[in-house]
Amino acid sequence: MIEVEHLTKRYGRHLAVDDVSFTCEPGTVTGFLGPNGAGKSTTMRMICGLATPTSGTATVSGVEYRRLGNPGRQIGVLLDASAQHAGRTGRETLALAAVTMGLDTARVPERLRQVGLEGAAARRRVRAYSLGMRQRLGLAYAMIGDPAVLILDEPANGLDPEGIHWMRGLLRGFADRGGTVLLSSHLLREVEVVADRLVMIGGGRVLMQGDKAQLLGAAGTLVRAADPVALDALLDRMGVTGSRCADGGVLVPAGPQSIGQAAAESGVVLLELRAAGSGGLEEMFLRLTAKSELEEVSR
Amino acid sequence: MSALSPAVSRPVPLGRLTVVELRKLADTRAGLWLLIVIVLATAGTSVLQLGWADESEQSFPAFFLFGQVPSAVLLPVLGILSVTSEWSQRTVLGTFTLVPARGRVLGAKVVAGVLISVAATALAAILAAVATVIAGPLGGAASWRLEPSLIGQSLLLQAVFVLMGIGFGTLLLSTPLAIVVFFALPTVWSVLGSVVKSLSTASEWLDLNFTSQALTNPDMTGGEWSRLAVSATVWVVIPLVAGVVRVLRQEVS
Ligand SMILES: Nc1ncnc2c1ncn2[C@@H]1O[C@H](COP(=O)(O)OP(=O)(O)OP(=O)(O)O)[C@@H](O)[C@H]1O
Ligand SMILES: [Mg+2]
Repeated sequence: MIEVEHLTKRYGRHLAVDDVSFTCEPGTVTGFLGPNGAGKSTTMRMICGLATPTSGTATVSGVEYRRLGNPGRQIGVLLDASAQHAGRTGRETLALAAVTMGLDTARVPERLRQVGLEGAAARRRVRAYSLGMRQRLGLAYAMIGDPAVLILDEPANGLDPEGIHWMRGLLRGFADRGGTVLLSSHLLREVEVVADRLVMIGGGRVLMQGDKAQLLGAAGTLVRAADPVALDALLDRMGVTGSRCADGGVLVPAGPQSIGQAAAESGVVLLELRAAGSGGLEEMFLRLTAKSELEEVSR
Repeated sequence: MSALSPAVSRPVPLGRLTVVELRKLADTRAGLWLLIVIVLATAGTSVLQLGWADESEQSFPAFFLFGQVPSAVLLPVLGILSVTSEWSQRTVLGTFTLVPARGRVLGAKVVAGVLISVAATALAAILAAVATVIAGPLGGAASWRLEPSLIGQSLLLQAVFVLMGIGFGTLLLSTPLAIVVFFALPTVWSVLGSVVKSLSTASEWLDLNFTSQALTNPDMTGGEWSRLAVSATVWVVIPLVAGVVRVLRQEVS
């Protein structure tokens, strides 16, 4: 369980995180989405006690992170896979974490094997690791204390398609066993398969959040007509304003039923009519972030 | 909310953290080589004395005191690295997420630094004993008499400089900066103290290079102790305290 309430962080005159609130429940994966500089990492650093909030609070398992004596046994954190000593071996990196948490280092080889870093890779120094290998080591590092909560900042960064697939399975299994996962990403596509809930932020503010299914449903309908001008006129008459997508389709904030009905009645030929789903959500997200950036500029 | 298990809520014991910090001193190539160089250089001091020193100086105390020089110079670098490498390699992110009580981590680094200086003193004693045994048949004095006060004073000498290294590392949080300042600043101050007349009294009290030399002579006087205490406060305690305050407040990213 992660509870974030009105978290705000100000750097000088710049509001990096602005009144962010959300909750991650046990048994769920929460996708934390936002473009570069949105405030994802800053929010996560505040949750983990590495940065002090200007205002607001964050608790993990009901406790402020800094008040946990040995948090590694409850919360697994991966904020930056590159933040490991280049001169240490992968095995030693995990062993240090295990000893700190009061665990037997005998579990280290098995944990390395689980993330695909067995044999020679485990004995190599982190300097010689690729970004994907560092990411794998980081996941093993986060999970070595058998935590109940995982906080991961862009863990898919640098992983190959097979690795991303493997990580999704890992996180899904973790949540299905009752774990809580918060993972950030720039890309909706990267997390939508595994996430149950989505929190989207831009310019430090929460733009939308909710159940994935609900958000996907709310994203509207994608319509493409043989005669775009006729479609525009039809939507005008219906009193809805669509937004044009790159491929010539129009994203309409109305159900497929009503649009299909109206098109049939006025004889407009439709080439495509479907729930926009993630494409629409992505579109909506981009529009919202673009808008929040405009406000930022005009402020 | 269900209560957290004691394994989670109880702080990591200082002993365990110290074990971790000692392990970190030797588990990277840089750290390991520094330790190897210290051992070799300490052995080298005995070889030098056996080969070239006056026979009257081939005694256990002479071997022991000269054997302290390499670790007195190089252990502080290890102390600096134990702090600054966490920032340059950014491992501090993991360290402070596993142990949010940052003061305990720094405390463990200090304890590890003291332990390693004890080990260095013991090593110097063992190598000095070996050299003394060898010196006998070669015609050296081979005297074993060591003033008892020198044992404690030698330990203190090592510890003072390691802690000064940790202090400078904590205050500056940058390896090159801390190493340069650690070696250059006290030397500049020593030179100033000997050249500028009006500074000579101040330098008697505040020049750690000078006041710590008393530790190599048996039975220090009260005056020598007070001068050492004052200069160690300035060069060791103040940087360490200021550094701890800086680290406790700092944002880690
Ligand atoms: N230590 C700092 N000092 C000043 N500004 C900062 C600091 N850390 C972050 N910021 C600012 O806060 C904002 C949010 O940064 P943050 O790293 O949280 O974004 P992010 O969502 O993680 O982005 P990315 O996807 O690029 O990782 C940015 O505008 C950044 O410049
Ligand atoms: Mg980030």
